[in-house]
Amino acid sequence: MSPNQAPSLAVQDPAGERAGRDAEPAVRLRALRKAFGPVTAVDGVDLDIAQGEFFSMLGPSGSGKTTVLRMIAGFELPTSGTVELAGRDVSTLAPFQRDVNTVFQDYALFPHMNVLANVEYGLRVKRVPRAQRRERALEALRTVRLEDFAGRKPSQLSGGQRQRVALARALVNRPRVLLLDEPLGALDLKLRQAMQVELKQIQREVGITFVFVTHDQDEALTMSDRIAVFNNGAIEQVGSPVEVYERPASAFVAGFVGTSNLLSGPAAEQVIGRRGIYSIRPEKIRIDADLAVPAQAGETSATGAVTSVVYAGATVRYEVSLDAGGQLSVVRPNEGPAADALRLDGSRVRLVWRDEHSFRVAAGS
Amino acid sequence: MTVSRTTRIALFGALGLGLAVIYFPLLVVLLNSVNADTTFGWPPSRFTLEWWSRAVGNQGALEALWTSVRAGLAATGIALVLGTMAAFALQRFRFFGRDSVSLLIILPIALPGIVTGIALNNAFRTVLGIDLGLLTVVIAHATFCIVVVFNNVIARLRRLGGNLEEASMDLGANGVTTFRLVTFPMLRSALLAGGLLAFALSFDEIIVTTFTLGAGLETLPIWILNNLFRPNQAPIVNVVAAVLIVVSTVPVYLAQRLSGDTASGGRI
Repeated sequence: MSPNQAPSLAVQDPAGERAGRDAEPAVRLRALRKAFGPVTAVDGVDLDIAQGEFFSMLGPSGSGKTTVLRMIAGFELPTSGTVELAGRDVSTLAPFQRDVNTVFQDYALFPHMNVLANVEYGLRVKRVPRAQRRERALEALRTVRLEDFAGRKPSQLSGGQRQRVALARALVNRPRVLLLDEPLGALDLKLRQAMQVELKQIQREVGITFVFVTHDQDEALTMSDRIAVFNNGAIEQVGSPVEVYERPASAFVAGFVGTSNLLSGPAAEQVIGRRGIYSIRPEKIRIDADLAVPAQAGETSATGAVTSVVYAGATVRYEVSLDAGGQLSVVRPNEGPAADALRLDGSRVRLVWRDEHSFRVAAGS
Repeated sequence: MTVSRTTRIALFGALGLGLAVIYFPLLVVLLNSVNADTTFGWPPSRFTLEWWSRAVGNQGALEALWTSVRAGLAATGIALVLGTMAAFALQRFRFFGRDSVSLLIILPIALPGIVTGIALNNAFRTVLGIDLGLLTVVIAHATFCIVVVFNNVIARLRRLGGNLEEASMDLGANGVTTFRLVTFPMLRSALLAGGLLAFALSFDEIIVTTFTLGAGLETLPIWILNNLFRPNQAPIVNVVAAVLIVVSTVPVYLAQRLSGDTASGGRI
């Protein structure tokens, strides 16, 4: 890697330099810690985020994901540990010295400037000539389909439009990494789903590394190349959406990403045949009303009584109290007559799933 | 909310009475400034502009006006700088004794003027050994002018949060540029409102001024007080009072407009 000590944020890197840096991960965190007084918000995070990746940091509020994001942006300085961007240690640099941009949760658009001036802001403070910055700002507004709104004030825009202006304002600088702090949190469900698709599309078009903070597991699963699940200031698991969902590393991940469906103690010993805590996704379980049919090779089964049936339109959720102890949720597509599904309430059933769908997880919190 | 007809009439009556109690006496002052009768009998007998032309040429009144303006501008200037700095310190940083400091900054506006006046008079003359003059009035006025600037600025800062500044830094602007392009424009109307109120406060202050003004100097309110009971000056006092009514209405009106709108719809 060629050392880049220039403090200015080069708008366009010489091609060779960028190629040289591509070997490095876009973001590398090492033993990152942040304490606010007696409270440790982030406790030893190691993470590599590759160039061009859509990377999500998922976790409940207070899990440290936003603090990590703020340390990458430079709004918080780490108590210890390092933040590297493309191989360069930026741990102690100010936000304006880092080649990253942020889309804030509440957008933080400048209310006294119109949309165009907001989008031009980053280029303006970097002294890009007026004509050029206008052209690039309009291009960025076109990317988010807001070119007709250039003259409006932020207060004249809807939530979704503000969100897209914030995105354009960040993207126009062509940052190495774009940080997004729960950017869809303030939008209603329909708009949020539309923006999820749009964000992902924009990310593919511009090829910039996205680091996306969210507490919504559906959002993380649908958008990300990889997900880091945060809990208590540390990372519980890093992996692709499939890995994180199908093979959660801990009871916490199993519960946070999807529904917690755990077998432990004597129930696990009796049903699975081994000690430990086992997780089974509710939609992997089949319900059989015929108790007599023996389990086939490669399948696990358990008998129990249905304690409740919840009709949710596209799916039906059953709570089953196992004879071996413990309780499992089962989610089935609503494929047959709904009345048949509801009639199962209170009856005895047999639950069946493939052996590999129940897997051991670490206890954790 | 709907109210019955009788209630509405009663409420409007109460409003009218309240406003009349406040504003009728002021109206009388305005009328008397053009009343030809030197004893100001009621109702006014004849209309005249003589008092106005005599006031315009009155050396004492003009000097007093000039002193008031200088004191007001200087006190407002000090208040703008210190009040803004204090507001930033208290809004942006958490430190030991922060709430106490906040109380101590606001207290001077609630202290009786006579107490502030005596205290400052003592401090200036006996403790610090400073001769009373215009400077001492400026300092005395600044103690309570700071409060209105502080209150205006801290209210605005609370509403803005720190997010806009973070966004600016994130987009590549350093601290100075961020202040110039984001923070200051967002504060401008709050500063103007605070400054206008501070000036108005200083301009009509009389109690503290009495204790801190140097011999031979008069601010406008003090000139009025000194001339009120001199028979041949009384008509001019009415003119000066009429001018003061108008002059102090304008900044208050502007300040109210400024702190009301501009940024209110602006928190994005």
